[in-house]
Amino acid sequence: MKKLLSLSLAAVLAVSATACGNSDTAGTTGADNTDAPAAESGTEAAESGTEAEGAVFKIGAIGPTTGAASAYGTAVMNAAKIAVDEINEAGGINGYQVEFNPQDDEHDQEKSVNAYNTLKDWGMQLLLGTVTSAPCIAVEAEAQADNMFLLTPSGSAVDCISGDNAFRVCFADPDQGTASAQYIGENGLAEKVAVIYDSSDVYSSGIYDTFVAEAANQPFEVVASEAFTADSKTDFSVQLQKAKDSGADLVFLPFYYNEAALVFTQAAGMNFAPKWFGVDGMDGILSGVENFDSALAEGVMLLTPFSADAEDELTKNFVTKYGELYNGETPNQFAADAYDGIYIMKAALEKAGCTPDMSASDICDAMKTAMTEITVDGLTGSGMTWSAEGEPSKSPKAVVIDGGVYVGM
Amino acid sequence: MMKNLNKTTKDNLITYGMVIAVYIIVEILLKAGMISSLLQGLLVPLCVYVVLAVSLNLVVGISGELSLGHAGFMCVGAFAGAFFSNSVKDVITMGGVRIFLALLIGAAAAAVFGLLIGIPVLRLRGDYLAIVTLAFGEIIKNVVNVFYVGIDGSGIHISMKDKVSMGLAADGDVIINGPQGITGTPKDSTFTIGILLILVTLFIVLNLINSRDGRAIRSIRDNRIAAESVGLNITKYKLMAFSVSASLAGAAGVLYAHNLASLQASKFSFNTSILVLVFVVLGGIGNIRGSIIAAVVLTLLPELLRALNDYRMLIYAIVLIAMMLFTSSPAGMAFRERFSLKRLRERTKEQKEEQ
Amino acid sequence: MSFLSYLINGISLGSVYAIIALGYTMVYGIAKMLNFAHGDVIMVGGYVALTVMLNLNANPFLAILVAIVVCTVLGICIETIAYRPLLGAASPLAVLITAIGVSYFLQNAVLLIFGSNPKSFQSVVTFGNLNLAGGALVVSDEAVVTILTCVVIMVALTLFINKTKAGQAMQAVSEDKGAARLMGINVNGTIALTFAIGSGLAAVAGILLLSSYPSLTPYTGSMPGIKAFVAAVFGGIGSIPGALIGGILLGVIEILGRAYISSQLADAIVFAVLIVVLLVKPTGLLGKAVQEKV
Repeated sequence: MKKLLSLSLAAVLAVSATACGNSDTAGTTGADNTDAPAAESGTEAAESGTEAEGAVFKIGAIGPTTGAASAYGTAVMNAAKIAVDEINEAGGINGYQVEFNPQDDEHDQEKSVNAYNTLKDWGMQLLLGTVTSAPCIAVEAEAQADNMFLLTPSGSAVDCISGDNAFRVCFADPDQGTASAQYIGENGLAEKVAVIYDSSDVYSSGIYDTFVAEAANQPFEVVASEAFTADSKTDFSVQLQKAKDSGADLVFLPFYYNEAALVFTQAAGMNFAPKWFGVDGMDGILSGVENFDSALAEGVMLLTPFSADAEDELTKNFVTKYGELYNGETPNQFAADAYDGIYIMKAALEKAGCTPDMSASDICDAMKTAMTEITVDGLTGSGMTWSAEGEPSKSPKAVVIDGGVYVGM
Repeated sequence: MMKNLNKTTKDNLITYGMVIAVYIIVEILLKAGMISSLLQGLLVPLCVYVVLAVSLNLVVGISGELSLGHAGFMCVGAFAGAFFSNSVKDVITMGGVRIFLALLIGAAAAAVFGLLIGIPVLRLRGDYLAIVTLAFGEIIKNVVNVFYVGIDGSGIHISMKDKVSMGLAADGDVIINGPQGITGTPKDSTFTIGILLILVTLFIVLNLINSRDGRAIRSIRDNRIAAESVGLNITKYKLMAFSVSASLAGAAGVLYAHNLASLQASKFSFNTSILVLVFVVLGGIGNIRGSIIAAVVLTLLPELLRALNDYRMLIYAIVLIAMMLFTSSPAGMAFRERFSLKRLRERTKEQKEEQ
Repeated sequence: MSFLSYLINGISLGSVYAIIALGYTMVYGIAKMLNFAHGDVIMVGGYVALTVMLNLNANPFLAILVAIVVCTVLGICIETIAYRPLLGAASPLAVLITAIGVSYFLQNAVLLIFGSNPKSFQSVVTFGNLNLAGGALVVSDEAVVTILTCVVIMVALTLFINKTKAGQAMQAVSEDKGAARLMGINVNGTIALTFAIGSGLAAVAGILLLSSYPSLTPYTGSMPGIKAFVAAVFGGIGSIPGALIGGILLGVIEILGRAYISSQLADAIVFAVLIVVLLVKPTGLLGKAVQEKV
């Protein structure tokens, strides 16, 4: 009996907490505790906008802000908020303010669908997300059934945008694998290539598969392909030793900067210094890992559409703002994709002439056409366009880390 | 009428009644459109976790073995069921029939694994048994994670390395794609099927507990040596509980797999096993109804806490500790004593005497 | 040559597992509790040490000391909040669940305080790698220090438990709480002391782990924690030399399995070996076989 009592007590507690929370969801759900005042003022602006215009665009976002993948989700949420605040300050989209509501999915399909449904209850009209591939596939199935517009900033698996309602900002995995293999081959960077990849990760193994397939057509040889898994991603000594023994002069690393930092440290420890080649997940190696000795990443080449050191006005403005708002952190690839994502939505909404009183489904229908008609200049590429399948057309820049900064190749 | 029923039967009827009542209420609310999208989306997962909790309780509570690898059986069931459904997607178009067959296949596959794993594992005791179940769970997850299966004109291709080495023809379909698992499983799970699965699970578990076999299983839990000395076949009964539990977890996995468009092995990690164990312990070890309630409350809790943003999981952790202290610390023991297993056992004893 | 280098890497990884496993095994031996929060104490130790080193510009030894103190206090807190109230609970599993609750709590509290971005740890060992056989075989300085520390800790713990009063009290409590109480031993105090030592060791383990593998996130501790738990069971849970042997074997099997069998299935191989060992020796390599009383 007591047990039931305590359980129901907890349930009541939870419900009341939600009830209390609901009253201010509209304004502050967007505001993380890490938010600086500027973000608050932005949401206030959104609220005053609500009063003035009576209608706002409701954009939801889904990504992991807790759990092992939280670094990526947090970056997306932070950057999207900056974009929303900028848009609201500049008068909104088609004269309407934007309301932004980020939800956590812990990098889990089921939680992600729950987050999606939560946002639906909130009245979401457009979805920015989800951040990671596996949950994105599950959410996209729901969104497709609801005819909800979905723009994933960083869900790179092919199936993330299987429906005609879905588009993405980043490159698809196969493109990255193929492009990397072609770049290495065409520029004659190496004759013997070793690959280290995360076989338990969709992103990493997806790129690996296409890289190996394309390598067969290229003038280099894959001499070693060694995997690691999410459960053992601290010790890379074996993989590095094998790459070293195979005589590889270039090692391809299709995974995120977090693990890459460990790879570089351990390779330095064993006097192994091949050429390193990364993909867009590698972006962040210079600044995403706090306190990382960037000398270790010297000479690393990567294909990335974004670099935080770019000199253009847009990037500089974004990087400064991000640093000011979030403890001086430097935005990574994920942040840039999300920032662009919001502006892409804005461009398409303006092109389609949507208004907030339209239903999510009507907006989605209008966006399907508008997305293929717009051209956006953003942080991750200029003159980006989209196909009806949802794939972006932009070219990755090959950069090399030289003296602690990215230099175009 | 009710008077003639013994206490156990009455108790069981209350449990069934509770599930059916919830089903009716939810269906009415659904028809009236009074349920939020979030709750609607949660209905099937709730059924999944209820079935998992009840089935794990059979091992942990009734058979008295700590299992930390329940998610492994769920994984086997989920992949077997989803593989089936994806293969016959175009042949069998009726969702109900498809998921029924998938449930049978998933449960059977998990039961086979339960038997295979149970035979060596059940020789061990206590925490050593727990760690071996954990080990099996992790092995299943790791192996499924590097499993590539595809179908093309020339048949089925399987690889344990990568997509390329599968040697699939260009027009072939990849069904299990390593870490990306199975995508595009038809969404056949419905709340009704979920509730039916709960009822079937309850029927199997409650009948097993109160049968001759169930009494044997419980006697082994309470005193292994005494049970052995009266001639009970320990291995047989333990294996029975273990494989029934595994097959029900497999069925829950099928339900899970047919609710989401993407299925990955990484979901079935140690953390999921632990989560289900939390349901069982919090609901009361050996208490089937408690497991159901705990599974529902603890699945809803993090969703209802969404308004707390980043503090959500922190609060969840605190609530978890607080609930555990509240229900299990000796302060609450005296009160609990009256409603605990001992009481249940006394009831069974009384009932025996009555007969 | 590469075999030797794999072996040394394995021993080095294994020594880290071994130190973590020592904490597990001590707490288990006395409290019969699988402390799932242990891995997260490691992570907290790492964050404390890093914060001290970065913000106070302190030398590594001070950082280690502060981390040990903080983790020791944390260990005592865990004991008081999540373990002691449940002494005599209906089911021994109740403490397992509170331990998991504490684990979630620590992960999320650190996530809120330090954020989700990984941090690169500064190695506390800086005397440089050893180049053997003309540079063909490189032994990292961290590996040397980790292995040495592991041996020193094990010897010290064995002496402590067998030669001091407090240590013998621990043995007594682990054997029979009731009898120990009758002999005038402060049972609660002894249990708290065990948690304190175990958590202090976790701080050391965390710093060594992160010196070798310098990437720190709020979830850094959980996987090494589980592996160390496996190591403790491997060697016979409750046995101190068992934790050392189990830890090192686990590390070596993991590395060699990855090198010679399959890099994708290294974890599965570790667990498979564990299963085989337990089937042959059901209480681990050095575990005591408990006779059941009739």
